[in-house]
Amino acid sequence: MRSLCLHTFLSLALFSVSLSSIGTQSSAEQAFPLNYELSKQCPPGFSLENDNECRLRSLYQLYSSTQGQGVGGTKTSLPQYRDGFSPQQIDLGRFLFFDSILSGDQTISCATCHDPRKSFTDGLARSIGADGQHGVRSAPTLWNSAFLTHLNWDASANSFEQQVQTPLFSRLEMNNTPENLITSLKNIPIYRVLFKQAFADGITLKNIYSSLAAFQASLISLNSRYDEYAHGNHSALNAEEIAGFNIFRSFVARCSECHTPPLFTNNQIAVIGVPQPENRPFDVGAELTFASRKLRGGFKVPTLRNISNTAPYMHQGNFSSLRDATEFYNKGRGHAAPKNNPLYLHWHINEPDLTSNEIDLLVTFMKTLEDEKFMPMIPKLLPSGLVPPN
Amino acid sequence: MKTKILVLSLIIATGLIGTYIGKKYSEPKVIQMISKGKSPSSSNTETAVIDSNAGSEHSKPAGTATNAIVVVNEGESIQEAVKTASPGTTIQIMPGTYNETVYIDKDSIHLIGVFDQGKRARLDGEGKLNDAILYSGNNIAVENLFITGYKGNGIMGQAGNNFEIRNNIIKDTGVYGIFPQLGKNGIVEHNVVSGIEDAAIYIGMSDNVHVSHNDVFDSVAGIEIENSRHAIVENNFVQNNTGGILAFITPGLPIKTTYDVIIRNNFIANNNHPNFGAPGSTVAGIPAGTGILVMAADQVVIEDNIIKNNKNTGILIVDHANAANITDDPDSEPNPDEVSILNNTMLNNGYEPIVEIKGLMALELKTGQPDIVHVSQGSGSCILNRSQYVTVGLGDFSDCEFTHTNNIDSYLLNTPVKPRKIEASERGMIAYLGVCTGCHSFNGRLIGPSIQQIQALYFDNPEGLVEYIANPIKKRPDYPEMPSQRYLGDETMMAVAKYVLQVENVSPSAPASH
Repeated sequence: MRSLCLHTFLSLALFSVSLSSIGTQSSAEQAFPLNYELSKQCPPGFSLENDNECRLRSLYQLYSSTQGQGVGGTKTSLPQYRDGFSPQQIDLGRFLFFDSILSGDQTISCATCHDPRKSFTDGLARSIGADGQHGVRSAPTLWNSAFLTHLNWDASANSFEQQVQTPLFSRLEMNNTPENLITSLKNIPIYRVLFKQAFADGITLKNIYSSLAAFQASLISLNSRYDEYAHGNHSALNAEEIAGFNIFRSFVARCSECHTPPLFTNNQIAVIGVPQPENRPFDVGAELTFASRKLRGGFKVPTLRNISNTAPYMHQGNFSSLRDATEFYNKGRGHAAPKNNPLYLHWHINEPDLTSNEIDLLVTFMKTLEDEKFMPMIPKLLPSGLVPPN
Repeated sequence: MKTKILVLSLIIATGLIGTYIGKKYSEPKVIQMISKGKSPSSSNTETAVIDSNAGSEHSKPAGTATNAIVVVNEGESIQEAVKTASPGTTIQIMPGTYNETVYIDKDSIHLIGVFDQGKRARLDGEGKLNDAILYSGNNIAVENLFITGYKGNGIMGQAGNNFEIRNNIIKDTGVYGIFPQLGKNGIVEHNVVSGIEDAAIYIGMSDNVHVSHNDVFDSVAGIEIENSRHAIVENNFVQNNTGGILAFITPGLPIKTTYDVIIRNNFIANNNHPNFGAPGSTVAGIPAGTGILVMAADQVVIEDNIIKNNKNTGILIVDHANAANITDDPDSEPNPDEVSILNNTMLNNGYEPIVEIKGLMALELKTGQPDIVHVSQGSGSCILNRSQYVTVGLGDFSDCEFTHTNNIDSYLLNTPVKPRKIEASERGMIAYLGVCTGCHSFNGRLIGPSIQQIQALYFDNPEGLVEYIANPIKKRPDYPEMPSQRYLGDETMMAVAKYVLQVENVSPSAPASH
C-alpha cells in the first residue's frame, strides 16, 4: 500500500517536474540519474584536505582575536565553527535540504522556510508548516550558521544535529516521525546509493542529521563590501556607508556591542522587549530554555549578514522593514515591553536619541553586509523524484 | 592562582622589572611630546637598575610611528589626515577646536595633541556627535587631547591591540570616557576624566592592561575592569564617583572571565556621588558610597590602597545573584573566587550602608562601620591582618599567604602583540578559497572567467597577475569589471597570484549541474 502510494506520487511529481521545466533553461525531461556521483569537490570557500574533509578558508583566518572568541573590530579572527565534512556529505545534504521527502506529507522541504532566494528565509512573520499551520517564530537565515553556538531563536539547540530534529518532527513544521523519515528514504533506491557514497553505514537518522549539518555549515557569507573595507580597502564603502558604520559601532547606537563583527552577532542571548504582534501570546523565549526568569523574552542575537534580504524582522516578524526594526531601538528602553510583567531588559537597550538621518545611515550600512557569492546550486532534479523549489 | 604564579615567575625570570620613568626615545623632535623625552639622570643604584631595563617595551606598547609626521591645524580635519596617513604616521594636532568624530581603521597611527602656551587641541562634540575617537587598528596612541561634549565615548577601541591612551582630559562626555574593548596589551595613564554617566575608564574584554596615574571623578564608576584578565590598576586618584574601582564579570558578554587583577596604591575617597547611571545599565545598580566593588571576578588582589569616606562600604565583594541589574548567563561563573585583600589603609567607610548590608551585619551581630562586605558562595579568598577592618561575611576568608605584589611590575607584554604570521603558501590558498572562488571556478564561468583561462594568460607571470588584480580594467565585454583586490596587500596579492597559477582542480569547480 505504502509503496503503491509512493509510486503514484512519484509519477505525478515527475510529471510536474517536466511541466514546470517548460520555458526554463533546464532540461529536466529525464529522471534523476541513477549513476549520479556525489561531488568530490568542496564548495567555494573550502579546501579539500587529505582526509577528504572540507576545511573553511577565509581572509579572517589571517587575524587573531581576544581570547580566540572571534568578536571585535575590523581585523578579527572568526569564532569556532563547524567544518570538516566531506564533499559527498555536503552534496548529499544539499539534495536532502531541497527535498520535501523529509516532511510527513512530502510537501515541505527545509528550503520551504529557508529559501535561498530570500537568503534562506521565507519572508514570513511566522513560517508555514504542515497543513498550512503557522509556526511559532520566523525562519532565521542560515548564512554563517556554522559559527553559531546557539541555534533556534530561543537557543534551545547547541548543534545542527540537535537543531534539525525540531523542524523535522514538530507537528507545526515538517511533521515527520523518525520511523517514517528513515522508511521513506530507504524506499528510494537512489538515496540508498547516495548515502552509501557519503557514509559507510548508509541511511541512518544520524547520517541524515549529519549531511544536513554539512550542507548548512557550507553556507558562508564573508565577502561583502563591508568585508572588503574591513580587510583594508577603504574605498569599498562610500562616505554614507562609512558614516553608517561609525554610527553602528558608536557607543550611542551601540549596535556592534551585540551585533559584533566579523559575524555581526556575539552569539549571546538578549532581552530587548520588542512589541508583541497583535493577538499573539507573549513569547517567553529563552526563559523556558534555561528556566530563568531573567531571560524571559530573551532571544539569541541574530547575525545581520544579508539582513536586507530577510524581512520581516525579529523572532516573530515584528517589523516589516529594516528601518522599522532599526527605529525600534531608538524609541526608548522598554517602550513596547509588557508593563504588567516586567522584563530584565538588556543594558544596551537605552534611548540613543538618533536622528532620522542617522537611522537611515544605519540601514544604508547594513545593506553593505550583503554577500551571496557562495550560493549553492539549487538542484533541478531530486533523488526522490519530488519537485524541487522553482 | 596557578596562572598568576606562572606569570609572576616568568616576569622574574626575564628580569622585566622596569618602571615608567627613565625611558629614552629617539623621536623626531619637531615638537617635544609630553610622554617622551628624558628623565633626570641619577647615580642612585635603584635608578641605574631601572635604566638598565630602558630597552623594554613596557610603557610604549604602541611602538613608534616615525615614518611620517603630519600636522593638523585648527580649521583642518583630523579625520582627513587619518584617511591619507599610512601606518607609522604620527598626526600632531595643534591647539584649537575640532568638531568631528575620528575613526582609525588602520594600524600604527599616533594622534598626539601639541601644546602651545598650555593650550591643548580640543575635540568638542557639541552634544551632537557620537564618539570622539574610535579605533580598530593596532598600535594606536592617543595623547594630550581635551575631549568634551560627545554623546557616546571619548576614546573607544574595538579590538585594537598595543594601545596607549595618555594624558588626555575628558570631561562631560557621554557613556564612557576611555573604553578600550577587546584589545590586548595597552596602557591608560595620566588621564583626567570626569562627569561620565557610566565608567570614566572602562577596560572591557581585554588582556594585559595597565591603568595608572589617572584622576577620575564625578562619574558613576571611576575605573572598571570588566571581563578582562591580567590587569593592574594602580596609583589612581578615584574620588566622588558613585563607585570607585570595579572588577566585574558581567554576564551576557561573549568573553566570560575576569581574573588576575591587581588593584593597588590607589587613593579611593568620597565616592558618594548619587548614581546617575542610565536606567537599566549595569552601573545603575551600584550603591553610592562603594569604594571598590568586586562582582564575580576571580583572583583580584586589593593592596595598599587608601580607601576613605565611602559611605556604603570600602570594599564590596558580591556574586551575580546579589548584584542589581544583572542578567542571567548559564555560561558565566557567578562567584568571586580567590580574592586577596592585603594591607589597605581604610578610614571612615560604611557610615551609611545600604539596608542589605545593615541586614547582614545584624545577622552577624556586628556593629560599627563596615569596611569590607562579602556576599557570595565563592571560595579560596583571603585577607591579611583582618583585625584592621570591620568586616561582614568574611568568615570563609583564610589568612593570605603572601603580603604584597611588589615583584609584579606590569602585565604589559615585553614585545607588542604581533600580527598573526601565516606562511605565503597558506596565505595564497586562504585568499584564493576565501575570496576568488566566489567569482572564479576552476574550469567554468561563474561571474569572472575560469582559473584555467587565467592560468593560460599569466602562466609564468604572477607579477602581471598581481598588477591586474590590484588595478583591474574591463577586458571582456561580456563580463563585469573585477573590483580591485589591492586591500589584500602586496604580500597576499603575490601569494594568491602564485597560488592561482599553480592550483589544480582539487577544489571548487563549476557547481554540479544537478
